[in-house]
Amino acid sequence: MSSQSLSKRSVPKRSVPKRSLSAPRSPMAAPRSFLWSRRIFLTLLTGFVLLPVYVMLSSSLKPLQDVSGEFRWVPSGLTIRPYIDIWSTVPLAKYFVNSLIVAGAATVFSVVIAIFAAYGVSRYRFRGKRLFTVTVLSTQMFPGILFLLPLFLIYVNIGNATGIALFGSRIGLILTYLTFSLPFSIWMLIGYFESVPRDLDEAAMVDGCGPLGALFRVVVPAAVPGIVAVAVYAFMTAWGEVLFASVMTNDTTRTLAVGLQGYATQNDVYWNQVMAASLVVSVPVVAGFLLLQRYLVAGLTAGAVK
Amino acid sequence: MTVTAQPAVGEKALPGATGPTPRRRTGRVRRIALPYLLLLPALLLELLVHLVPMVIGIVMSFKELTQFYIRDWGAAPWAGFDNYSLSVDFDAPVGEALLHSFFVTCAFTVLSVGLCWLLGTTAAVYMQETFRGRGFLRAIFLIPYALPVYAAVITWAFMFQRDNGLVNHVLHDQLGLTDSPSFWLIGDNSFVALLVVSVWKGWPFAFLIVMAGLQNIPKELYEAAAIDGAGMLQQIRRITLPSLRPVNQVLVLVLFLWTFNDFNTPYVLFGKAAPEAADLISIHIYQSSFVTWNFGTGSAMSVLLLLFLLVVTGVYLVLTSRGRRAADV
Repeated sequence: MSSQSLSKRSVPKRSVPKRSLSAPRSPMAAPRSFLWSRRIFLTLLTGFVLLPVYVMLSSSLKPLQDVSGEFRWVPSGLTIRPYIDIWSTVPLAKYFVNSLIVAGAATVFSVVIAIFAAYGVSRYRFRGKRLFTVTVLSTQMFPGILFLLPLFLIYVNIGNATGIALFGSRIGLILTYLTFSLPFSIWMLIGYFESVPRDLDEAAMVDGCGPLGALFRVVVPAAVPGIVAVAVYAFMTAWGEVLFASVMTNDTTRTLAVGLQGYATQNDVYWNQVMAASLVVSVPVVAGFLLLQRYLVAGLTAGAVK
Repeated sequence: MTVTAQPAVGEKALPGATGPTPRRRTGRVRRIALPYLLLLPALLLELLVHLVPMVIGIVMSFKELTQFYIRDWGAAPWAGFDNYSLSVDFDAPVGEALLHSFFVTCAFTVLSVGLCWLLGTTAAVYMQETFRGRGFLRAIFLIPYALPVYAAVITWAFMFQRDNGLVNHVLHDQLGLTDSPSFWLIGDNSFVALLVVSVWKGWPFAFLIVMAGLQNIPKELYEAAAIDGAGMLQQIRRITLPSLRPVNQVLVLVLFLWTFNDFNTPYVLFGKAAPEAADLISIHIYQSSFVTWNFGTGSAMSVLLLLFLLVVTGVYLVLTSRGRRAADV
């Protein structure tokens, strides 16, 4: 079931090579000048994009004197020392675990909640439906700084009133992050769920499944690529957030977003270690993104193109 | 799992159902209540993290909320419009700094959004046709989008270091363009540094969206144009760009809002104290709130920012929609 629908959802990506076979833009060959300008432009752009990636990678393998003195394109020698030292200069492992817990939990909850909400919106007519979608989406446009101060106060006051420590705790951060990715996740999933034929869940209900049975046995398996996309997006959002992490964490709950700056506040900045740490924290998200990009790209763009 | 979850929902809807035909009414109540139950978790969380804080933020902006009242903000005395008049008194230091930050943010946003759009669109149009390595190139172009902000920006911060950074090494040591190594992260140059990082980070999103938009242009349009003798440039000007209009309408708005509200980039690039030339509004409000612990004024500034964004978004949507309708006719 799911493998069949997997191939069904990837149709938008598939259509690219199909269309290009029949030469999309011009049946006549592109002029030579166009090809040359394309070559030059794309080469320059690739250089611009990859420059920091090169600096990050090469500097992370340099001995300290290479990054303290004048910049060197080619390292004087290669060493994996920075990759060993990063774990002791700052408690990187702790930050890493915190980030994993926070981002992981925010992703799981965000996806589950988005699945329920998107199912409600895509399968039912009810009063207030439009209000719900518009409100949820419009929260995306408001500046984070506007929520930061009140949320800070709300968490502190809830903590004082009930003893539930939201401020400074992982739970507070998880709650915050999962709502950041929620609007976009709901929006993306509505699109995916609507592409699953209603006959399928109606057939499941005839067979004795309740609405939730239909959701989890039919709709969710058919929308796996969309759910993967939403999960990647939610994880990236939580993994990369800086503003709320800088205010709402303390020494024990600090995440990578804040912890990474710890290398810069040492008396001497060990730039090779900073670069090594940056690379290490980037690997999970970049690898995940590149592996799953076709799903994410299809989901992210579906709304804008519609 | 589903078998156990389903009756639970039914039971929740049950209490109201005590009539002669309980089964039928249960079914009806369940049908009406179910969509709301499905939305409830999302709604509660949005309320907790977005909507309630927004209302509280507006209330806070009318309070004299200094550090003494943070534990019990309800007890803070009312300030009337004091926080607002303090924020917009452009002759006094606070208002003057806010106005300066606002102008810096406007200039930064216009330049950044323009460049992101230009790079993204150009790259997408160049990559509309397949060629060898196109998929690989696309993956590379998406790296800035995928990298965590702090990791990418901290790398740029290293590149912009005065003594051991790449930028000065190239400009001063290798090309000899500057007499002495420049400072990039303090002083006027910081605006340029911030802009470069912001464009580097932001253009892949424009690229992504425009790429998707291009896929929706029917190829028959190009074929017809080619038969009529339209060259490549003309095809781009007459077909590609007009077809992208609806996509661009959304894209430019989203880029504008993200860039205008950007906090992460300047925060990681400069640390807590942004140089004056690159003092974006989010950083400015953050600083004036958490350095002085005067949340009332900070909230008033946030509300002003929100109002500005609402007005700009509204005007933008009205103008572009009208333009679109006129273009359709």
